[in-house]
Amino acid sequence: MSDWERSSTARVIPPARPRKLAKVPFVELADGRLQGVVSSGSDIERVYVSSIAAGSWTFACSTNNNRPCGGARGGFCNHIRALVNEAVLQYGAERVARYLRVETADGEPDAQGVTDAMSAARPPQGDTAAAAPVFSRFLRHLAYLELAPTTAPLPEMQWFPPTRAVA
Amino acid sequence: MVPADQGGGVMRADLLAEPTAGLDEALAAVDAFDRALTGGLLRPQPAQAAGLAELAGAVAGTPLAARVAEAADRAAAGAAGEDHLVALAAARTALLGSVHDALMTRVVEATGRPHDEEPAPAPGEQPAVNLLAAARSWLCDLARCGWRGIDHEVVSGAAQVVSAMLPDPALRRLATLLDGFAAELAACCPGATLDRVPERRWADLWSRATLLTVPGAAGTPVTSTVTGRLLPLGVDVQEHATAVQAQVHAVFEPADGGTPRLVRAGVSVPKPDTVVGAGLWQLLRPHLSLLAAVSEGRSMDLADMPVTAEGDLVWADGHARPGEPADAFATARVALPTATGTATAALDRHPARIAVPVFLEGYTAGQDDGTLTFTVAGHALAVDTDRVPAAGPLTPEAVAASGACIGLLRWDNGAYRVQPLAVETTVRKKAVAIHAGGWAGGTTDKAGVKAEKAATDAVAVLRERAGKLLRK
Repeated sequence: MSDWERSSTARVIPPARPRKLAKVPFVELADGRLQGVVSSGSDIERVYVSSIAAGSWTFACSTNNNRPCGGARGGFCNHIRALVNEAVLQYGAERVARYLRVETADGEPDAQGVTDAMSAARPPQGDTAAAAPVFSRFLRHLAYLELAPTTAPLPEMQWFPPTRAVA
Repeated sequence: MVPADQGGGVMRADLLAEPTAGLDEALAAVDAFDRALTGGLLRPQPAQAAGLAELAGAVAGTPLAARVAEAADRAAAGAAGEDHLVALAAARTALLGSVHDALMTRVVEATGRPHDEEPAPAPGEQPAVNLLAAARSWLCDLARCGWRGIDHEVVSGAAQVVSAMLPDPALRRLATLLDGFAAELAACCPGATLDRVPERRWADLWSRATLLTVPGAAGTPVTSTVTGRLLPLGVDVQEHATAVQAQVHAVFEPADGGTPRLVRAGVSVPKPDTVVGAGLWQLLRPHLSLLAAVSEGRSMDLADMPVTAEGDLVWADGHARPGEPADAFATARVALPTATGTATAALDRHPARIAVPVFLEGYTAGQDDGTLTFTVAGHALAVDTDRVPAAGPLTPEAVAASGACIGLLRWDNGAYRVQPLAVETTVRKKAVAIHAGGWAGGTTDKAGVKAEKAATDAVAVLRERAGKLLRK
């Protein structure tokens, strides 16, 4: 244990696991929420911005034009369920459950268990105030693809070794 | 027994196990400061004040003495300004610089290779930028909170600074560092509930970022150009959620018949966190023709390629063309023992920066407490297989079964270790070489093709979304 604390290259967060991005192009554990962007099943021009707050599990789902999601009345819509599923694929169920502060019955969380545990508590529906910042974080995320590579040395990356461990 | 005359061949791994005078004392002062930082400098407790004083005491015999003593005093009173925090970061960096130098002296003895002692020139001036001041202000907020005091609000303060810095190549080093650091801190919020804190690591990242906010600190000036033959040894990959760098370690033979030297050539790029595995090679591949040469087992011929005093080639494809086939193990056996290492820039003198190419052979592979070891010259050297990228043909199993290894000698938490870049092993009774960066230039390997396809699909989805949303 003390070795880890005295290590310059201690691995603190495991890398994201690969997943298919078509359905949920963006998911993150940030700002005290599980939040992300979910593609509409019917209209390729439309995306939903969905979120669940850690602890209270207050949920919200609306389009990027701030229209409320018809499915998210009184309970989790399919977008939110998809968000949890993809978050579990990307980060591992344990990290998602810990971030949201969900305790699953059998102690070995999976996506279904995490969703059910929150859903059973009948969490409140929040307003869609978070939609705009989440969407702008998605745009920021996409903008990383537009940044130019460099062949100038980047010695700071020596502190970020890869790891074969998975989330 | 190891022959007395090294002839540049066998590594004296036994020397790496010997204690180094002053090392523990220097690291104890670093640890004392790191503990102070963990609790935060807003309202320091007596133990934290003692830690700050210990750091100041450790640099008392240096030109930093007066400034650091004053900074430690002010910080102990909970009244440190930004310049004081920069002075403390400088003191910690200087101490670890001395640790680096002591560790490198051992490495030079153990490898028996010549080493260029000529100090790297000080980096050039770079205009002061408001963004550097904004970054420093965020870092000072962090120092006051301490790792135990961080929350989402303070950590999210980095996002705007990073977004503004990333597009500017001159600020890329600090931006990339802050981005990776802030992501780790965000994942660990709130700090008050952490089971354990990576004290050395976060203090490293904090100190380094703080010094990079000093205008001019991040320059890596090109000092000359080189013409000759480049013989690759292997590829080292580094990544965090939103950035990746591949560095090729190689021996350079000057066309004029001068002494061969060790060089590196790298390429880095910011990335979305969902681009992983083989997707990293796809982002990097188009910008460094050397990656293809590595996968094909070729040398490259360089003409007037820019190089820094530290031996980093600042690669431009126009200055390189594919050369003759060159086996990395032949390079390691024949050319590596005579190649000169290069000096390290002042700011980069840190144990985490040590990555010295070595060739090991005739070792016995074993296990020590779950860690693979190679016993060389009677000394069990830990093998860091975790650094072998997952998107490649080299596996920990192949490393354990190997008979020869090209690696990077590194040092972390108190011990040297070797990171495998390539191994020679036997597969179905045939001797083969397996490279960690084997997929760098592309692959026909079945698992590799599948990984490449998945990565292509992921990037295609993101690019399609970006095309629709970013240009509206």
